[in-house]
Amino acid sequence: MRRLIFRRLLQTLPLLFFVSIACFVMVKAAPGDPVLSFVTPNMHAEDIERIRHNLGLDKPAYVQYFLWLKECLTGNLGYSLINHKPVLDQILERLPATAGLMGAAIGLAVLIAIPLGLLAGANRSKLVDKLVNLLAYIGVSIPLFWLAILLMYFFSIKLHWLPSMGMRTIGMDSAFDVLLHGILPCSVLTIGFLAVYVRYIRSSTISQLKEDYVQIQYAFGSAKRTILFRHVLKHVLLPVITLLGMSMGDLVAGAIVTETVFSWPGIGSLGMTAVRGMDYPVIMGITLFSSVMLILGNLLADILYSFADPRIKTTR
Amino acid sequence: MSDHNILVDVRNLKKHFSKGTDLWGRSTEVLKAVDGVSFQIRKGETFGLVGESGSGKSTVGRCLIRLYDYTEGEVYFDGHDLSKLGDKQLKPFRRRIQTIFQDPYSSLNPGMNVLDLIGEPMNIHGLYKKEEERKEVVSALLEKVGLKREHLYRYPHEFSGGQRQRISIARALSVRPDFVVCDEPISALDVSVQAQVVNMLEDLQAEFGLTYLFIAHDLSMVRHISDRIGVMYGGRLVEVADSDELYDNPLHPYTKALLSAIPIPDPRAARERSAFKYDFEASGDKQHAELREVSPGHFVADH
Ligand SMILES: Nc1ncnc2c1ncn2[C@@H]1O[C@H](COP(=O)(O)OP(=O)(O)OP(=O)(O)O)[C@@H](O)[C@H]1O
Ligand SMILES: [Mg+2]
Repeated sequence: MRRLIFRRLLQTLPLLFFVSIACFVMVKAAPGDPVLSFVTPNMHAEDIERIRHNLGLDKPAYVQYFLWLKECLTGNLGYSLINHKPVLDQILERLPATAGLMGAAIGLAVLIAIPLGLLAGANRSKLVDKLVNLLAYIGVSIPLFWLAILLMYFFSIKLHWLPSMGMRTIGMDSAFDVLLHGILPCSVLTIGFLAVYVRYIRSSTISQLKEDYVQIQYAFGSAKRTILFRHVLKHVLLPVITLLGMSMGDLVAGAIVTETVFSWPGIGSLGMTAVRGMDYPVIMGITLFSSVMLILGNLLADILYSFADPRIKTTR
Repeated sequence: MSDHNILVDVRNLKKHFSKGTDLWGRSTEVLKAVDGVSFQIRKGETFGLVGESGSGKSTVGRCLIRLYDYTEGEVYFDGHDLSKLGDKQLKPFRRRIQTIFQDPYSSLNPGMNVLDLIGEPMNIHGLYKKEEERKEVVSALLEKVGLKREHLYRYPHEFSGGQRQRISIARALSVRPDFVVCDEPISALDVSVQAQVVNMLEDLQAEFGLTYLFIAHDLSMVRHISDRIGVMYGGRLVEVADSDELYDNPLHPYTKALLSAIPIPDPRAARERSAFKYDFEASGDKQHAELREVSPGHFVADH
């Protein structure tokens, strides 16, 4: 088991290296010149060149990459080109807002998706299944920003039940206030995740029920409910661990669209601002940070999985 | 055939699957997997069911263990019409009728150890509830099928195909059934292991007084274990006879074709034997012919 963990850790190293290169190249290849965001109409050409030189942007790309990587490894993700604050600090500062929102949304989505998916899968082609399926289709096909605006219009503007913007009412500092602000963005995100998870759990329930070792339980005289909970549930839940591992990236990257629509002060809206201002260090920082979290999340999922599945435990 | 000797009586059994449904959920096309099959199995005998892949053998087997509702027809088990029973009334029969599936790799839950696997039917039927007693019974069963006590806490992936099939057999026997549907229990195994498992099944049959339905798609192993054999083709039985009679005196062209496909160890004999091919297309409309008894106990469909 320890060897398995060690080996998986080793395997992630080249992956991380690759991610860092991809990250760097993508931003380099993006159109737009960051220096231009410092240019004011009355600047001279020399001033512009001086800014370029000061930012290190006149060096060859690979030199820029290694400089950047070296700093990254020491925990310095650089400084924002716009407000000159350290990127890592900005990310960490916004992490709680994003992780809280995404964590709640993912958690809720999983909790709802498991019973719904099982119910639909176990009653395939019946009314419940058709209903759940329909809702899931709607959920994956409507754009979240549209849903966000719709909910905002209805619950905030028409009914005045919930706040529409930000995370706190100015001058208020209570957890309840934050919770109230979180309901709408969290609902939107939950619906988005839920649609994906439900379809996943439904189809894995259906395929589990077809397995011989499940079919034979009927022949033994086991009740349908027992079969579902004793034999199907575990095999449906195991892959959910992987699904959650893959959501780790989302957990920290945040949801750009939803956060922006609701002005949620998370990493997603930080990213949006950075993209608009072509704030390379911030874009790179967020991409790198969420990629690393995604990789670690998968690693964690693998390890958890191997604890839960006897086939993996002994063969390694 | 005296009536009280018959354990399983299948009468005009039909099982059709719907191939597709239209917008409103109605079947547009049906696949007649089993299309009017009748046969009887006497207490203590082994009835072999052979036929090519897709002929509906497993579907018959799964109807007998009531995994499916029947499209038409009845199955009487010990005088009770299984098709009429609801889940509750079926429960005692779910103990008396057990099954061994074809694929030893998929028929054992990979997340359960041997003790739990074999104990599962006991759980369901409330037998041997005390832990120590259960362990004793399961260990004894394991030894009976040629495995060891030490295997109790192992998981399926730690066993070979043959060993897994033995676990399946032990599981089927754990609740003292009367009738076991063996759906190609050996076809996924190495030839060297096949004979071992078949011999074991025979020993267990003698010891526990079991009745078998033994499904296979070739005739070589079936002759050895079966008292009588039914040959299936396209969802119907084309010939039923005592096994020796069937081998020595096959009447239906499809049976002859099937027999000619058995590999013969002697190359000269094999060369001399002209492989018989059954022209399925030409006899298409005759498939609906009834079985006729041409000599005592030997039934054949018109061809
Ligand atoms: N659950 C099902 N739904 C739809 N069609 C089915 C189902 N089970 C079997 N069939 C179809 O019924 C026909 C008979 O299948 P069956 O499994 O009984 O054949 P078989 O004789 O056991 O073949 P094999 O030797 O390959 O096991 C096949 O055409 C198969 O595709
Ligand atoms: Mg079959």
